[in-house]
Amino acid sequence: MKIAVCVKQIQNPEIPSAQFRIDEEAKVLIPVSGLSPVLSPFDEQAVEAALRIRDRAGEDADVEITIVTIASKGVRAPIKAALALGADNAVLLSDSVFDGGGGYVTARNLAEAIRTIGDVDLILTGRQAADGDAGVVGLGIAEILNIPAITFARDVQVNDGVVTVQRVLQDGIETVEADLPALVTISNELGKVRHASMRETMRAAKKPVNEWTPEDIGLDGGQVGNSAVRYKRERLYVPVNDIECEFISGDTPAEIAATLARHMRDAKLI
Amino acid sequence: MTEKNNGVLVVVEVAESQPVDLGLEMLGLARRLTDGLGGVVTAVAFGAGLENIGEILIARGADQVLVNDNTIFSDFHAEAWLPDLSKIISEVAPDIVLIGHSEPGTDLAPRLAFRLDVDVATGCESIEIVNGRPHMTRSCFGGLAREVVTFSKTPALATIRSKSQQALEPMMERVGEVQQVSSILDESSIRTRVVSRETEKADGAKMESAKIVIGGGLGLGGPEGFKTLNEIAELVDGAVGASRAACDLDWCPRSYQIGLSGRTVAPELYLAVGISGASHHMAGCGNSKTIVSVNTDPKAEIFKSSRFGIVGNSQEIMPALAEEIRKLKA
Repeated sequence: MKIAVCVKQIQNPEIPSAQFRIDEEAKVLIPVSGLSPVLSPFDEQAVEAALRIRDRAGEDADVEITIVTIASKGVRAPIKAALALGADNAVLLSDSVFDGGGGYVTARNLAEAIRTIGDVDLILTGRQAADGDAGVVGLGIAEILNIPAITFARDVQVNDGVVTVQRVLQDGIETVEADLPALVTISNELGKVRHASMRETMRAAKKPVNEWTPEDIGLDGGQVGNSAVRYKRERLYVPVNDIECEFISGDTPAEIAATLARHMRDAKLI
Repeated sequence: MTEKNNGVLVVVEVAESQPVDLGLEMLGLARRLTDGLGGVVTAVAFGAGLENIGEILIARGADQVLVNDNTIFSDFHAEAWLPDLSKIISEVAPDIVLIGHSEPGTDLAPRLAFRLDVDVATGCESIEIVNGRPHMTRSCFGGLAREVVTFSKTPALATIRSKSQQALEPMMERVGEVQQVSSILDESSIRTRVVSRETEKADGAKMESAKIVIGGGLGLGGPEGFKTLNEIAELVDGAVGASRAACDLDWCPRSYQIGLSGRTVAPELYLAVGISGASHHMAGCGNSKTIVSVNTDPKAEIFKSSRFGIVGNSQEIMPALAEEIRKLKA
């Protein structure tokens, strides 16, 4: 079985908001200096989901996990991270024309890369990238490849050519299945991801990474990256927060609680 | 600027044969948008037992309502919705399509965009018409930033955040047209099969409509902390929510989760207890009228969004608060 996992590298989303900076002129993020990029957390969980499928299939099963990513030339961190977790090989769409395409173009490029890999049974993506927060690319890939897609998975299992997914609903859990090939987007409820072992990290350096150009996946320059963008970012900004916090103090928890309760009553909330 | 003048189409989600609040909020937005854009507001409702929905949606701002009343649509299933919805949108040819940024909406909208070969802005907080074109403002970078986007293709699809828009007061004298559509769905085209669906017993609608929401986080120290929060919620007729971290530790049901990948609330009072205030959490409660927070760390991010703050141990403060509220109510 062939599993393709689409990943994106982003600035660590857990940084304190005070460090977060935007270049409003260029409408881009200003990277925090000295901070290493990370795999987008939902994508990291997609890698984990693939590894769990391989673990369950057992040693003898033939499960091949391929990482697919779009990154500028020379940027290998997301691939290295995913290979060190246990993926088998990777495809890097690295031509500069792939950069900054937006959801539609990104889905298009990844879909063509997956078509080029050939015979992929299962595609996994994060539910959304933790920088753009759009949640468009995964479903877009499935639509372009005309395969079923199941979103917001907390558990993914494959048996006899059928993928069974527990998906997270606002008020519960739904179990959905589809025949392969299919695409599944992974949500944070999948749970903890494994750490890269020393052994896998050493092995990762030797795992094959294919760098592909637009021609390699059958697209011409006009269909990829910025040249194919149908959306325009008119503005990017950090919303102003002008709230002044008034601290309620007191000698005992009871005194503090009493002040708060009075405020609530005065606001007619009690 | 487009030459067509077909306004705004709103996909209204239905629960128990009634439109959900977010659907009504989007109709309010659609009304305001058509003031700038011209054209009509079309509401589309899929579901079963929708005899009265047309007049409700007209009273809330729709000019025409397309009702797809069919038992296949009793439960949401993106693949079942897509053929009919794509056809309706192609026929109505609106400039903008509004879909709720709910769990079904976020599952549906990207698929629909690719099927229609147009683009979608997810998680929008506002839409303005500038020179005849929709400018959509959406949250990104885990809620830390906002981006304003425009699309070159029509219609522009947008998923709208709950509580970001104001619904119109119902006006029963408003007139409009209700049309029944018959489904073109070929059920054999559905490739995903729902095996089972278990819903957690939770006050689902309550969190979104409650005047007071109490959110609990890691600072509660464990699942027991939620008992006190539930007790207070009961006293003040409020609802309890949680941070993602607390849900991931199973301290409370997953349906409690407020934030980017959870629910969105905008109550009169959001009481954040032991919540650090990560931006992905604030994305789900930042529109609350007043935020009051309790945290042991005086430097916690949450205080930057709070009107009132209490630096202290929530495990001491919250039982005391329950007691004080009881006294005031006595």
